[in-house]
Amino acid sequence: MQSIAVRRSGLTSRDRRNLVTGLLFVSPWIIGFLLFTVFPLFYSLYISLTRYDLIRDPVFIGAANYTELFFEDAQFWKVVYNTIYYVLISVPLSLAFSFLVANLLNTRVVGRSFFRAVMYIPAIVPGICAAMVWLFLLNIQYGAINGFLQSIGMPAIPFLSSPELTKPSLIMIAVWATGNAVVVFLAGLQDVPRSLYEAAVVDGANGWQQFRNVTIPMSTPVILFNLVIGFIGAFQEFTSAYLIFGTGGGPLNSALLYSPFLYQNAFQFLRMGKASALAWLLFIVVVIGTMILFRTSARWVYYGGER
Amino acid sequence: MTAVDKAQSIPAPATKRRSRRSARQQAVEVLKYAVLIVLAATWIFPFYWMFSSALKDDPQVYTIPPVLIPNPAHWNNFADAWAKNDFNLFAINTIFRYAVPATLLTVISSGLVAYGFSRIKWPGRDVLFYVCLITIMLPWQVTMVPLFITFKNLGWINSYLPLVVPNAFGSAFFIFMMRQFFLTIPEELSDAARIDGASEFGILVRIILPLAVPALAVVALFRFLGAWNDFLGPLIYLNDESMYPLALGINRLRANISATGTNELAYPYLMAVSTIVVTPILVLFFLAQRTFIEGISVTGIKG
Repeated sequence: MQSIAVRRSGLTSRDRRNLVTGLLFVSPWIIGFLLFTVFPLFYSLYISLTRYDLIRDPVFIGAANYTELFFEDAQFWKVVYNTIYYVLISVPLSLAFSFLVANLLNTRVVGRSFFRAVMYIPAIVPGICAAMVWLFLLNIQYGAINGFLQSIGMPAIPFLSSPELTKPSLIMIAVWATGNAVVVFLAGLQDVPRSLYEAAVVDGANGWQQFRNVTIPMSTPVILFNLVIGFIGAFQEFTSAYLIFGTGGGPLNSALLYSPFLYQNAFQFLRMGKASALAWLLFIVVVIGTMILFRTSARWVYYGGER
Repeated sequence: MTAVDKAQSIPAPATKRRSRRSARQQAVEVLKYAVLIVLAATWIFPFYWMFSSALKDDPQVYTIPPVLIPNPAHWNNFADAWAKNDFNLFAINTIFRYAVPATLLTVISSGLVAYGFSRIKWPGRDVLFYVCLITIMLPWQVTMVPLFITFKNLGWINSYLPLVVPNAFGSAFFIFMMRQFFLTIPEELSDAARIDGASEFGILVRIILPLAVPALAVVALFRFLGAWNDFLGPLIYLNDESMYPLALGINRLRANISATGTNELAYPYLMAVSTIVVTPILVLFFLAQRTFIEGISVTGIKG
């Protein structure tokens, strides 16, 4: 019966049937989107306007959580500073490093897949295992790095106990775990048409000029991708900072990043309202930051390649 | 597949003038390998340190200069650290209560949704898919508190339900991955089946899925890995030690060290357990290296 109807009324009926079938297939996502994204998003906004400790009912307090963060909580600005410091250094550093390594691996290299695997593995091992070994490596008394330094007569470096060095230590670990970007860059580099390099050589371009005028422009879409992913990820960094420095955030809160701070407010102080306000502020910053990246990308990303 | 194949077959542009190799070029080659080897050694060192520290006894841990190759090596540390700290239970929890159900649900739901987003044309499809993509950017912190409250009201705290059930509704990232793969399958195959009277669900099961096994493997691999590695989810939802996954088991071991000071064999045990938990990931990676690299490359390049 259905097929007859399709034949008679042609496209519109078929369209309608496709619409129903299509919606049926994506319905798990639609339900999940409403339950686990849309609803929590607005619920979170509401909670951020209340005082709520999970035990007593939420009390509506207007913007008090936000004004407390902005004007009364000195720790908040410390956390914002730490997080911006972390994002602004770790993201460009990881990006530049992984791009250079990918370029190195894109030359004729014996054992390329071995080197690629070595760079990639830190990105896929459990964060807690990585954090445990770094905690141990960087320890001032019996960590391997300070052990070697002391044995050659150098002073120990207080990676985890000096407020100046805690954030650089986290950044070092982030660079170590940046293998995803290396793999994505390398795949992107392999998609650059060889004819472009050949044309550049015919025009007398040397290695640096080829890199500057072929490799970099052709890689800009992938650079943008890794930049956005890295930016969003760095703002949300939790596991290494939380496990190495705890919710206290190391000496003088110097390594207290945004996500552990939010976690601490929610699940240690049971301040669900304040935690939700923090979450919304983060959400706004990430959305605006990502939009800025995409907007400015029109000026430097080159989409004239194969695709 | 193509990206990896190309990796092996396309020579790089820098080595074109191979016939006229000057001393300078040879020096560059040497420098290149020197850099790569130093990098690789640095990157591997934490893993080597994890493994070698697991073999030590306490005096070997605190010796300066640090002991690189422990002698004697205490191989029994692995079994002792594992058994004395309930890690058999944690491994069972991780695999059977979390990773396996989450992976199965994700593969099924994301496959269905990806099919609806790629193999059927319907008005509004691409707009909705765009919305789906945007949700990848949503920070987890935004939904963390309200979801915790909701799951608490449902009485799901201290169970794996909050970590497993959401997988039945597809995950934007995996939907995207599978959709990209489904789009590469020729439309003619579906059309032929439609003429033969096959339903869309029949086409998905009999034609698309058998062709999409590599994509299913990528999704399964990454989801399993995500569950194995997950620390924050269990940290929020699981209180009872008998429910702990491996990550929380390691965290408990670490917490015991900080609480009681460095008790006997604290660090070797911590490193031994970490080594054991890392090892299946390394094995999985080397068995399925192509799958991993492709999965990661596809998200970045074809996006």
